[in-house]
Order: sequence, then C-alpha cells, then structure tokens
Amino acid sequence: MSTVTFKVFRGDRNGGELKDYTVEVQEGMVVLDAIHQIQAEQAPDLACRWNCKAGKCGSCGAEVNGKPTLMCMTRLDTIDTSKPVTVRPMKTFPVIRDLATDVKWNYEANKKIKPFTPAPGTDWIMFQEDVDRVQEFRKCIECFLCQNVCHVLREHDEKTGFIGPRLLVRTASLEMHPLDVENRLDMLKNEGGIGYCNITKCCTEVCPEHIHITDNAIIPLKERVVDEYYDPVLGFFRRLFGSKKRAEPSGQAADD
Amino acid sequence: MSTKPVTGTEKRLTDRQDNWWIEPLFTVLSLGIFGLYAMWVAWNRQHYEFGPYISPFYSIPIPGVHARDLDWLAISPAFLVLWIPLGFRATCYYYRKAYYRAFFWDPPACAVPELRKSYGGERAFPFVLNNLHRYFWYLSIPVMIFLWYEAIKAFFFSDGFGIGVGSLIMLANVILLSYYTFSCHAWRHIAGGCLNCMSKHKTRYNLWQRITRINESHGFWAVISMFSVWFTDVYIRLCSMGTITDFRFF
Repeated sequence: MSTVTFKVFRGDRNGGELKDYTVEVQEGMVVLDAIHQIQAEQAPDLACRWNCKAGKCGSCGAEVNGKPTLMCMTRLDTIDTSKPVTVRPMKTFPVIRDLATDVKWNYEANKKIKPFTPAPGTDWIMFQEDVDRVQEFRKCIECFLCQNVCHVLREHDEKTGFIGPRLLVRTASLEMHPLDVENRLDMLKNEGGIGYCNITKCCTEVCPEHIHITDNAIIPLKERVVDEYYDPVLGFFRRLFGSKKRAEPSGQAADD
Repeated sequence: MSTKPVTGTEKRLTDRQDNWWIEPLFTVLSLGIFGLYAMWVAWNRQHYEFGPYISPFYSIPIPGVHARDLDWLAISPAFLVLWIPLGFRATCYYYRKAYYRAFFWDPPACAVPELRKSYGGERAFPFVLNNLHRYFWYLSIPVMIFLWYEAIKAFFFSDGFGIGVGSLIMLANVILLSYYTFSCHAWRHIAGGCLNCMSKHKTRYNLWQRITRINESHGFWAVISMFSVWFTDVYIRLCSMGTITDFRFF
C-alpha cells in the first residue's frame, strides 16, 4: 500500500482551485475509487457524477493529468503516481460543482438533427452488411469525452455553429441507415458546421468505446457533403439530370 | 450567453505529463526536411537515373516521354509530375491531421491549448480546397501506372533481365505507394462508402471492405511511402554519382 497525492478541482461555474488530498492506494484501484475514498474520508461534499463503474454509463468523464478520460476506466497503475495526480472536470462544459459539469448543451444541439425517417410503407428487412457501419455508432455511451476534447468546442467555444463529434456520429448513424430517406447534408454543411472539423482525431483518441469516429463517421460525412456541395462534376450532372431522390415510394430501402 | 466554463485550466499550458510534443515535432521535422529535399531534387535536374532505374521524382506520367527528353524545358521536368503527389498529400485526410497539429497548432495535441484565437476550420479559402481531394486521387492513378511501369522496367538491364538492389527498392516503393493511394478515404467513399444499401451492391461492398481494411492504416502507409520515395531517390542518386555500387543478384 502506498500514498498518492490527488489535486482535485473544487469550485463551481464562478471559479475554483485545486485542493490536495492524500489517498492510500491499493492494487487495481482506478481514479474513481480514489475520488470515492476522498469523498468517504476527507471531503463528503466533493461532487462527482458516476453510476456503473464499468465504462458503460459514461457518467464519470473528467480530465486526469490533462487527458480526458472516464475515471472508472483509468487504473492508477497506468499513470505516474510518484507525482501528484490532477483531476479536473471536463473543460468544455460549465461546471456545476467540482467534477460535475452541465452537459445539457449536447441535448440542445441534438435537436438540429432530423430524426430517423423511413420511406412510407417501408419493408423492415435489413441485411447485416447494410447495418455493420451503423452498429459501430450505436456503441456510443454519450460520455461526451469527444465533445470535451474537440478543439472547436473546447478552445473556440463554437457551440452555435458546430454540433461536435458525438452528434456527427449520430448523424452518420442516420445518414448511413439503409431504411432512412431523410437528407441531413444541408444541416451538416450549415448549422452542423462539419467544415469546422479539421480531422485531428482527438475525438477518436479519447473514445472509451473505441469508435472510429473520424475515419468511419466524420470523413464519410465530409465526403457526402463534398458530393453534394463541392464536387463540380457531380454538380454539373445534378444540374443536367436533377438530384436523385432518396425516398422510394415502393417501400424498398432507399439507396443513394 | 457564453457557455465557456471555468475549470482553472485557462492560464495553464496543459496538465498533460506525457511527451505529447514528440508527434508534432516528428511531423515538422519529417515533412519540413522532405519538402526541402524534394524542392532541391526538382531544381537539381541531375543524377535522377542510373541504368534502368529512374527516380520517382522524375517519372513523367506522359506515354513515351522520358525526363531526359525534356532538358529543353525552362523548368525542371520534375515539376510536371510533382504537383500531383504534392496536391494529393496536401489534401489527404492523414496529412491534414498531421499538419494542422504540427504546423498550425490546431491543436498541437489533444487537450493542449492552441496559440491563435480565431479559427475557421475548412470552411473558407484556402483550406476549403481540401474538399477536392478526390480529384487529386483521380490524377494520382496515371502517376501510379507510370511508377509501376518504371518499377517493372527496373528489372530489364542493358544485358537483359536481372535483379539489382535498386530493382527491389523501386518495386518496394511502388507497392508502398499503391497501398497509400488505394487506402485513401476519398477512394473508399467512391468505391462503396457513398452507398446506404450495401446488400444491393455486392461487388462494391466487397471492394469497400477491402479498402476499409487497409484504410485503417492509412497514416502508416502515408508516412512509410513518403520515406520510401525519399530512400529510392537517394539510392539512385548515390548510384548515379558513383558513391555506391548497385549490387546485382544476377
């Protein structure tokens, strides 16, 4: 058993400071265990959101030594505990208190995305190869670590013109759905602000579900936006022959 | 109302304790030195061929035209080809990540603060031109065909078929370049990614799956193929200058 110093942010949306806590750590402990120990023994008023302790509820997102991560999935033997371990709340969202942040902006921004829209009289038969891509996106646990680390939201506070990686993943899951006939490309280009994304892949790096956010969701969406708005040859053919309609009145799955 | 939170990190560079600066430093050094080397090779106009070997910088994608036939040009014949791979790599999704991080610090590493306050992303000139990546991919196909032609020619010496170290280097180079070119995200989209119903397009689905498999390592192919182009040119240059001797297996 050894002791480790934790510097934990204490404060609210008006500001705060790092406070030192010394914790006796045991083999196999994760950062969330240490925070619970601090709550139990030293600071019962320390606010921290958590639920499953298994990396599936997405509640305990924080920044451990500057890296956005789930506290329940960060073992102490994977970080250098010879120096004080810093634990701060997610920087992108307003602090409610201590490590708990207000993530409601994500749910507001989510309203920009048109919901799943099947063609009238859809035949609800799908093949596995049609839904492989979409199933990867359904693994998302909405921890919002990707939103937190995205520099467009984190550094530039662009919360009006950009929906962030989590919601781009959700859009991809709808746009690539074999039975969906809605067109969200205009939203992606304009109020979704996909052009803000510069593919630096931080969202992919922090995803606890290992979703290939950039390669499988954002880049394919960017390419679809290119098809619609930036490709001069496709634009010429569209003007010549008109746009392909996605909705098919036959009730069969739509293709583009 | 600004939703900008207060977490006490505003005045700090970063709490990260790992060596996050190594990756952008490697990118700056490798892309910077390679860029300067490529410019020097293009202006130099010498020592770009040795026997059946020709530097990839001087592989002109015009049928029947060899770089040495274009000595009369005011500019180096290398410029006739270099703009295509330059444009392809500059608009490539992997290189975009690399140079935005390393050269523009947008951001230098994950959760590390940036230097500049304003940011427009890829919505305005010049970065909006990155959306034309697929056109550079189209242009790269004839370049790849000619590189394969030159690589096969590297096995045919003045005394007939043979294998030299240079032949193998040129073959390895064109294989790595092919992996890079055909693991491209734009090609993945064109081949099948644009479809929603894969089951209706089995051939394109199979092609998309194969591309997806190598696309997962697109960054690796991007870096390794850049170094292989570099190494191939250096090898042929040193042979041509007489600094080293090309070993013939037979």
